[in-house]
Formats: sequence, structure tokens, C-alpha cells
Amino acid sequence: MYRYDEFDQSFVNARVAEFKDQVERRLKGELTEEQFRPLRLMNGVYLQLHAYMLRVAIPYGTLSSKQMRRLAHIARVYDRGYGHFTTRQNIQYNWPALKDMPAVLAELAEVEMHALQTSGNCIRNVTADHFAGVAADEVADPRPASEILRQWSSIHPEFSYLPRKFKIAVTGAPHDRAAIQVHDIGLHLVKNDKGELGFVVYVGGGQGRTPMVAKKIRDFLPEEDLLAYSTAILRVYNLEGRRDNKYKARIKILVHEMGTEELRQAVEAEFDALKDSELKLPEQDIRAIESYFAMPALPERAEGHGRLAVDRKADAVFAAWVSQNTIAHRNPDYRAVTISLKPIGGIPGDASAEQMDLIADIAEHYSADELRVSHEQNIILPHVALADLKVIYDLLVPASLATANSNLISDIIACPGLDYCALANARSIPVAQKISERFSDLARQRDIGELKLKISGCINACGHHHVGHIGILGVEKKGEELYQITLGGSADENTTIGDIIGRGFGPDEITDAIETVVETYLAHRLTASENFLTAYRRLGQAPFKEALYGTVEKAA
Amino acid sequence: MKVLTANTLADGIAVWYANSDWSLSINDAQVVADAAGESRLTTIGAMSYANNEVVDVNLIDVVLKDGKPHPIRLRERIRADGPTIEYRSPSAA
Repeated sequence: MYRYDEFDQSFVNARVAEFKDQVERRLKGELTEEQFRPLRLMNGVYLQLHAYMLRVAIPYGTLSSKQMRRLAHIARVYDRGYGHFTTRQNIQYNWPALKDMPAVLAELAEVEMHALQTSGNCIRNVTADHFAGVAADEVADPRPASEILRQWSSIHPEFSYLPRKFKIAVTGAPHDRAAIQVHDIGLHLVKNDKGELGFVVYVGGGQGRTPMVAKKIRDFLPEEDLLAYSTAILRVYNLEGRRDNKYKARIKILVHEMGTEELRQAVEAEFDALKDSELKLPEQDIRAIESYFAMPALPERAEGHGRLAVDRKADAVFAAWVSQNTIAHRNPDYRAVTISLKPIGGIPGDASAEQMDLIADIAEHYSADELRVSHEQNIILPHVALADLKVIYDLLVPASLATANSNLISDIIACPGLDYCALANARSIPVAQKISERFSDLARQRDIGELKLKISGCINACGHHHVGHIGILGVEKKGEELYQITLGGSADENTTIGDIIGRGFGPDEITDAIETVVETYLAHRLTASENFLTAYRRLGQAPFKEALYGTVEKAA
Repeated sequence: MKVLTANTLADGIAVWYANSDWSLSINDAQVVADAAGESRLTTIGAMSYANNEVVDVNLIDVVLKDGKPHPIRLRERIRADGPTIEYRSPSAA
């Protein structure tokens, strides 16, 4: 894992001291709310419905046990004993007091963490594949590039007042688990014919009220040009992006209005002027950053193959969990484990302080001291020996952390919605809970197969509903909550925006409607191996509309 | 009918204006039913904001239910009653 150098630490400490002073001045009345608001947002502090909310950055979702323990401590001491892991691989605290915020940030800085650039019109926390450095299908680890981008984008003087927020995601595997095509910049690490590393570059993806799939503007960017090319994109955006209307200010609108080719030419022109500048990454610097992310020294644990076979045979529920919630590791004696934060009927992404502490202990003893937060709001143990899987499972079960539902219908992404969020129009969490309970039978879920269900409580789409195989968008209509269903969205290497299927459903109707969609899929699928998304792409909207509304006319 | 609501500056908790101070419960809120009452509450809110006691000050619509103010919008009902979910994981106990 990356460790702060002296510069990182002194910069974060300086920011903690600066914000401490700003909070003190605000509480004394020396700063007005108008003066203070942008300052608190620069430090990740929002005001929500019930209280302040603090969003803490988890760079590319990677955490040590010590850091996770500190997150638990903060939840316990400064909040109400829990936190919410988000689709941005961050954690949010829902109840911290403003007066405690300097102490919280100081506690974070002690473990090399902060809340900078988790809000505001700047380059936000860079996200990456949560199986980075581990997945058997990976071409290269996306974390070194993510870390280089983190260092470059932290308080970047030119890019601290962009037209709007800016999100970068990186994947290093052909199967995209980082949703790069719905980010402002998506980077896909590949090797060229000569075996050199570089990036396929996508620009202008995003969700929100105007969902767009990113456009590819470069087939191969040498890794040494990462910062020069990123700077070129940001420069074009900073200059040309709209500032007259916040809803049209994201780079996706610029790409749309300018046209992909014209934008590409503008970026390439900037890049030509920059590529031989100090932004060119020296080979030794790239390799130095890379060394931080070297595979930990994992001892040979060949005994696990036999042991696991015995354990699976003895315990069918455990066997199902291994099949569903673990994936192949580059080291065949190991697997990566997904700890589900989606217990049946639970709150997607929430973890109590006790759960965080337990996860930290397990990671310390059984996963080379490493953890990941996935954008699907689960926690990953990246390096677990096959021989230890049963031990870990037995520790997770009593803590409600062993639900075997990874990538199944109850592995729901949901934003906080109207239960917390000042922007929301409708609740998300209770909808997720009811659907999860309706499909509580894991055997039924496995029969349904891979199904990504994503719920947002407003059009800002924090719950990624546009790219859910089934998406649910909560809106307010005549003072009541109403839920629109979209079908066929996807956030992988074949990214698509879901189709709105028809009129919305009330809170008491939406669970039945989702079950109708699922039953329609089951009735129409060719074989059990044709998953929901594939079947939908083959079938189109018609059978689902017919099942939901009877006739197409009623869907209007 | 309207009541005055805000969040406290220091801890951000939702509050409602009662007869002489901010209360943690909407049940204590002073309800006004005419323009003069609204104007008075608006002034009180502006002063409290200027005094750095509260932020995000709003007059919201309510009806009376069992004699208590009941917000018309769901958003405000959730602000008054808290999240509609049991928000700490059951396993945390």
C-alpha cells in the first residue's frame, strides 16, 4: 500500500490546522455561513437533513486494518456508531457535529487519511477496480496510476475551481469493475503489441440528470504521458466547459455539444504542447510508486486446496458463500473475498463500528493487512488463503457479514435517499430493504443469477440507477414518492444506460413490480445461464412492459 | 399553517422554533396561521441565523394532527422524526 511521504503528511496536517481555525472562527461568528460554506465543502463537510455529514476519501478504495479501525473509532466516538460506504469507494458519517470536525480530521490525518476533495468543483477521489492487483484477469494493477493521479490532483492550483466536479476511474482488467465509462475520465490499462503499458482513454461519461456513456478518444496513451494527457483534458474542459448552468457544466455536456472528434483534437493539441514538459512521468518515478503496490509476500498455502474441499463438502451454506463471494486470485493458494454489506433487509453499505473493527482484525490476520471498498458498497479482503476461508466465514457469520449474495439481486446499490440526503426526492433504503426481503431466499437468488439492482433517491443518480440491470429512480410526484424502473443498464466494458420502462410505481407497488420484472425474465430466458442483462438485450422492452402494464398504452 | 425550522450551527441537528427558543422536537414548535405570524417567524429566523445559532432556516407548511404540527412534505416529516429505518446494524448490539 502507498505510504504518505513527508510532503503528503505535512500537507494534510496543514489542511487540518487550517480547517480547525476556520471552524473556530465560524463558531465564534467571525465567519458568516456564506463565507464558511465553501470552506467546509472543501473539507468534505455537508449539511444534510438531520445533521452535518462528513465524507472521508478512501483513495481508490484501498485501506489498511489500522485505517479501518480508525474509521470504526470515529464512528463510535464522534458519530452514532456506524458509517456508510458509498459508490465512490468513500465512507460517510451521518451525524458528526461541526465542533468535533477538526478532531475527526486530526484523527484521520494520523492514519494518512483526509476528507479533501470529497466535495466541490475539483478532481474528486480517484476510484479503481476493487480487485486491483489481485484479479486473475488483470493486465496491470490500476492503483499506481490512481496514486499518481491522486498526488497530481490534490490541491491542483489550476483545477481547484472547475466548472463542476470531476471524477476519474481506472481499471486494469478487460472486465471493467470500476464503471470507467460513466466517469468524466475513464482509463483502461492495456499492453500494446510491444508489451508496453498504456491507457485506453474515455472521456465524458456520467450519470445524473443527463446520463452519457463516455467516448473513447485514445486507443493507447503511453503510461509516461498520463499526467500530460489528463492535464490536456482538464485544460480543455476548464476553458470550454459551461459555467452558466450547473446542470450543463460537466464535461459530458461539453463532449456532447462540441462533438467527440473536435474535443479529441483540442485535447491532442494541448497534449502536443505538454507531452515533453515536466509532466512526462520519469520511468523511475512510475516504478517507485508501483513498488508500493507490490503483491505482499504471501506464504505458500497449498494445504488449503484439500482443506477447502473438505470444508465445502461439510457445509453447503459455506460452499455457497465461497462460490458466490470469492474470486480467483493471481496466487492459486488464495482467493479474494467479498464481505457483503447487504444482509437481507439491511441498509446497503452501512457498517457498525463493531463490524468495521472485526473486518480490520480479520484483514490484519488473514488478508495481508489490506482491505478494499468496492463501488458496489461492499468490503473486499483481497488476499485470503484457501485454508483460512472457513475460519473467516465463521467469524463473519455472527456479525451478519457473510450473506452469500455478491452480484445477486439483493446485492443492491442504494444511495442514502430521503432518509438522510438534502437533495433526495424519495427514500431509497426502505425500497432496497423490501426488495431484499422479498428475495430473501438465496437459492432463489442464485437461480435468478447475476442481477445488478441499483436505486437512487433523486436524479443525481448516486445510486447508479442508470446503469443497473434493473434501476430504480425515486421521484416526488404530487407530494408522494414514486419509483421509475429502468431496465438494461450496465456499467461494465459494455456500458449502457437503462431504458425507462413506463410510468412509476408507488412505495407499496415497487417491490411487486420488481418481482414481475424478474419473473418475466425467468419465463423468457433461454437457459439458466442466460443472465438478466443478456436476456433483456435479446428480448427488448416489450415482454416486460406487457407484464408490468398489461398493454403498452398503459405504460405511458 | 407554518412552523420555523433550521439546523443548529455547532452540531447540525434539526430544530424547530418554539415560543422563545429552538427545540429538538417539532411538537414544541410555534405554529402560525397568518402573514403576520409568518413575518414574525421569518424575522426571528433571520436574527438567529445572523447570530450564528442556526443555519438552513426555513418556514415549512404543516397541518395540525392531534393538536401537534405535522409537516405536509415527507422530507420535513423525515427531518422531524428521523430516518424511517432502523439505522444501526442489528449485529452492532
